[in-house]
Amino acid sequence: MSHADTHDHDHDHKPKGFVKRWLMTTNHKDIGTLYLIFAFAMFILGGALAMIIRLELFQPGLQFVQPDFFNQLTTMHALIMVFGAVMPAFVGFANWMIPIMIGAPDMALPRMNNWSFWILPFAFTMLVSTFFMDGGAPAAGWTLYPPLVLQGGKNLAFAVFAIHMLGISSIMGAINVIATIMNMRAPNMGYLKMPLFVWTWLITAFLLIAVMPVFAGAVTMLLTDHYFGTTFFNAAGGGDPVLFQHIFWFFGHPEVYIMILPSFGIISEILPTFSRKPLFGYVSMVYATAAIAFLSFIVWAHHMFSVGMPFGGELYFMYATMLISIPTGVKVFNWVSTMWKGAMTFETPMLWSIAFVILFTIGGFSGLMMAIAPVDFQYHDTYFIVAHFHYVLVTGAVFAIIAGVYYWIPKWTGNMYSERLGKIHFWWSTISVNVLFFPQHFLGLAGMPRRIPDYSTQFAEFNMWSSIGGFAFGLAQVFFIWIVYRTIKGKGTTKATDRVWEGAKGLEWFIPSPAPHHTFQDGEPVKDEQLAHVSSH
Amino acid sequence: MVLVAVLMFGFAFALVPLYNVFCEITGLNGKTSGQVAEDVLKTQVVDENRIVTIQFDGTVNSELNWEFRPTEFEMQVTPGKLYKTEYYAKNLSNRDVTGRATYSVSPGKASLYFNKTECFCFTEQTLKANEEVLMPVTFIVDSKLTKDVNIMTLSYTFFKLPSS
Repeated sequence: MSHADTHDHDHDHKPKGFVKRWLMTTNHKDIGTLYLIFAFAMFILGGALAMIIRLELFQPGLQFVQPDFFNQLTTMHALIMVFGAVMPAFVGFANWMIPIMIGAPDMALPRMNNWSFWILPFAFTMLVSTFFMDGGAPAAGWTLYPPLVLQGGKNLAFAVFAIHMLGISSIMGAINVIATIMNMRAPNMGYLKMPLFVWTWLITAFLLIAVMPVFAGAVTMLLTDHYFGTTFFNAAGGGDPVLFQHIFWFFGHPEVYIMILPSFGIISEILPTFSRKPLFGYVSMVYATAAIAFLSFIVWAHHMFSVGMPFGGELYFMYATMLISIPTGVKVFNWVSTMWKGAMTFETPMLWSIAFVILFTIGGFSGLMMAIAPVDFQYHDTYFIVAHFHYVLVTGAVFAIIAGVYYWIPKWTGNMYSERLGKIHFWWSTISVNVLFFPQHFLGLAGMPRRIPDYSTQFAEFNMWSSIGGFAFGLAQVFFIWIVYRTIKGKGTTKATDRVWEGAKGLEWFIPSPAPHHTFQDGEPVKDEQLAHVSSH
Repeated sequence: MVLVAVLMFGFAFALVPLYNVFCEITGLNGKTSGQVAEDVLKTQVVDENRIVTIQFDGTVNSELNWEFRPTEFEMQVTPGKLYKTEYYAKNLSNRDVTGRATYSVSPGKASLYFNKTECFCFTEQTLKANEEVLMPVTFIVDSKLTKDVNIMTLSYTFFKLPSS
């Protein structure tokens, strides 16, 4: 058996025909590719909505869109970016890389894998179709707070069912990741030998299983409140709208870590490679990730300081939130220590990763500022929070995704991307993203509220800078499409070697580039010298 | 793991009663305790010198075309004794309308010591076109009320019943 398999390695056995290859695929690499392409498409769609938002905010006054449509834009931008772009992108990475990194032939549940991807296009078609309905798309913000969200017309049912489908997709994906990591590791691949990307995804998957159903429950209650006369969140029937906020943020806070933990994993793969040193503090990284995941469950009401809470509650949620900076600090210092005295080179993935460490930390610090309950009363619902979560999600999660694409695309396609174009993309994006989001800190401190299409004239200049940065950043990502396209087609590129990067360690660098359709089918034990981390535990 | 997912879905719904119980135990949200008045009366130690001001407040949700207000806005009470006041309501529309009131007591930590023995809250009140009514509230402020509380507010909000 193993003989025949090794013999067949060079022949891919890809299914023939578009439908069989893509629609009916059970191959983790193909599904990973589908996820990544889908996420990229959603990133462009969500980005297009953001461009309209920045266009409207270019100057004070109403120029291009009406307030109601503006609110639809902010709501849909957030829903699409969170559930359509960032989360599927990470699932794409998980599908592509986890089986390869742990020496497994595929994901544990390949047919379910196919299903969890193909739900997504339907869910988003349903969600985006609300733009074309009477009353338009949901406009109450991505947090969907009642009673406002219940007053929005027909879109509620579509949004709720779309969220149900997304939830089912995420939960199935998470179950698949856990089953794969727990059961399909190659012999000699102990838990504490796994790459950190695998570890962060294992923990993320547990978060997903724990909180996506809670979100589904919350939106189901919205649905029954709206259509079946229940009064979960309606004070007239003895319900309480604040209850929704508690349930939502019980989901919502772990959700923000679902979007950032896999980026920690990607960065922890890239920094050691280009520093030519093992990751500093591997085991502490694993424990820090688990600690962040645990803490994410007990800090939710820091999103609700200004809603009204007893003094003791404010204090508890303030201190618990600040506690998170300890494991996060462990990670940041470990990354810095990994680079310390390393033989560093600055290829494109490394540039994005270093930018991640610096800019994500800025986002972390502004988060710490808002964790201070009395201060939060000033910052709440201003552009300060907008600046904060865009620093952690754009220069955090999205930068990590882009870094990961540059890092692994030679392995995926067999072609090196153009280093020159990659560096242009990096500097273009990094400068423009700071022009885009940094002034928003000042706007927020000066009191400009979020989710408002018009503003007082004293905010005009910073908004104009922010919009210019926004357009430039948006354009840079269109440029990124071109870079990726050229790499896939092999235009103006060189062939990638198997190891790709001089300092790279880990199983993915011991298979050919491009990665064959099937890998690790013989079940041979992995060799310690191929791995980046071999902890004696 | 599918089971965990299903359980967590259920957990979201379990949060609803949990939240209510939590609010009742702690008095958050101004919910009063569910104790029966007769039991409360037996345990009272009346201190005649102590006076607590009770303020009454009444609001109507914008969808309900009623007039609704307390007949007296303030009352000086001694904790441990039974008191009675009335709210006035009038249907300003030309149709029969059913409404329902919710209440809250502030400050939240004092709400646990506010016992209503008779109240129109949460029961459906149907007023005929232009009908007026007086609705009684009887209550006891528990004598165990902490010393730092001297003023309490009882607030009602009347909502239109969705079906009417």
